[in-house]
Amino acid sequence: MEPEDRVIVAIAGLNALIGALDRDGYRVLGPTVRDGVIACGDISGVDELPAGWSDEQDGGRYRLTRSGAETIFGFTSGAQAWKRFLHPPRQRLWRATRDGDRVRVHAEPAPDERFAFIGVRACDLHAIAIQDRVLTEGAYPDPFYTARRKELFIVAVNCARAGGTCFCTSMGTGPAATSGFDIALTELPGEGGSSFVAQAGSPRGAALLRDVADRPATAEECAAAEAIVARTAASMGRAMPDHDLRALLLDNPDHPRWDDVADRCLTCGNCTMVCPTCFCTTTEDSADLSGTESTRTQRWESCFTMDFSYIHGGSVRASSRARYRQWMTHKLATWIDQFGTSGCVGCGRCITWCPVGIDITEEVAAIAQG
Amino acid sequence: MTPTPRKPRLAVWKFASCDGCQLSLLDCEDELLDIAAAIDIAYFPEAARGVIRGRYDLSLVEGSVTTAHDAERIRDIRARSRVLVTIGACATAGGIQALRNFADVRDYAAAVYPDPAHIDTLATSTPIADHVPVDFELRGCPVSKRQLVETIAAHLAGRRPVVPAHSVCIECKLRGLTCVMVARGTPCLGPVTQAGCGAICPAHDRGCYGCFGPMETPNAAALAERARELGLGQDELRRAFRSFNAAAPAFREESERHDDQNDQG
Repeated sequence: MEPEDRVIVAIAGLNALIGALDRDGYRVLGPTVRDGVIACGDISGVDELPAGWSDEQDGGRYRLTRSGAETIFGFTSGAQAWKRFLHPPRQRLWRATRDGDRVRVHAEPAPDERFAFIGVRACDLHAIAIQDRVLTEGAYPDPFYTARRKELFIVAVNCARAGGTCFCTSMGTGPAATSGFDIALTELPGEGGSSFVAQAGSPRGAALLRDVADRPATAEECAAAEAIVARTAASMGRAMPDHDLRALLLDNPDHPRWDDVADRCLTCGNCTMVCPTCFCTTTEDSADLSGTESTRTQRWESCFTMDFSYIHGGSVRASSRARYRQWMTHKLATWIDQFGTSGCVGCGRCITWCPVGIDITEEVAAIAQG
Repeated sequence: MTPTPRKPRLAVWKFASCDGCQLSLLDCEDELLDIAAAIDIAYFPEAARGVIRGRYDLSLVEGSVTTAHDAERIRDIRARSRVLVTIGACATAGGIQALRNFADVRDYAAAVYPDPAHIDTLATSTPIADHVPVDFELRGCPVSKRQLVETIAAHLAGRRPVVPAHSVCIECKLRGLTCVMVARGTPCLGPVTQAGCGAICPAHDRGCYGCFGPMETPNAAALAERARELGLGQDELRRAFRSFNAAAPAFREESERHDDQNDQG
């Protein structure tokens, strides 16, 4: 997009944008401070965004901090991925009821909720694009994800700093938002409060921006916005080693490092739960005591559980070595064969939220060392 | 006209325990009438006076074996039960009373009773599965009401109960809770503990106490190492793993690693 397409939106304009989306029938979700972390939640105005908050992240460690500035988006990857809303932890698939000898199946209606996400980072834009390929394409699209995704409105935010576990630059997924948004913002701190250099990424976004923008951005403001993102790119907390990861992992199924990581891995499944691209689910059937109503529910599942690879006679991946190797090799290598891209976007959540701080970039580096 | 099929017979048995798991069944206020409609509660002294002798389709067994008499009694109950489900940490792992397994029970008896000579008890508290084959185990101290109703409903429908053996972490993340270990540095047994409670303690900003016992593939040593980095000392580590599920093998081995003579830290 050319600089002349960029406009300046003030805080009041961002507030007006949230209000306009709300009036258009969107459920507006954005970053909020909750339980000591930045988590996505319902918002009705800019006052609920985490102004002045930042975070420190490292392997197995997350702390909310005061940033010392009044910027609104001065934090990095939030505790939760947006998949929580598009591909929720539990999704009812159908119900069946029995009336005497008659059994009736009730299909679950498509969700009619329209989401607007405020503050999606570049890594998470790529994650949504990856889940789109997995869940909306191919022979068996997920009708619930597809319906929610079709209505989704995305306001992206370019990262003004990199977190301790961020490595999007080395995955080619950030920190600049380049596609997959309706509006993208770069926050410019200022003495009278922040303003935003904004660009539209869709006709819907352009129409809304026209209503809430103050004026065209100057060349200086555009350059300042680009400098912020460039500084972020140069200050990543981590980096994925520069290797052909697919070949590296497929060539090393018996590397001793898998035993080493298995000694540390808790097989608790946290990495898969917080990963913005992990999409696996299982189904659970429930029935009432009288046997007149039953429900089938889809639930997030993890390749770290024994049930995940259970087939007749037992679990295929009984050792934690086999399960960690499966997760990492799928994420970084066989995902490419299956869906055309890596399954990792460098958000760093699996590193931060691993209770023992296992670091996917460090594991790759150890295998790459031979 | 075909006769009405006989309703399945349920029995609830008590061994060494506090009755809390049986109370969980009585606590199923919304479902109790449905349960009573679907099954004959044939033996449940905690709740009903009537006793139907004979055989039972489903026996729920609470408590651990701590006397020679109980070791005999569970064999009789097994012989008269088509399906036997153990409920709670006592029945599935020996309970808090299995702390005697790490000491001399005669010392405990002498400390508690004025005349310990009258106490006839075994040296250990053991789970029901050490004595007879068990068809299904429900963990917890106490068991989860939801899992209990689910197990009875699944039994009635002839399907497998939805009682996952994965970690509490997965329940935390499904609920969208913040990890207390990562975000607060609070040691938590959730990563090595089986799900089922609904992640009650992390929801109240506390670490998991491990009431549901070891999850399917626990790595207690790695978690203990992290808890040590977060500031837990040897005694605290030993006590963390030596509580309601002290005699569950994965927790027992980890607590023994932090006994005075074994601690490496």
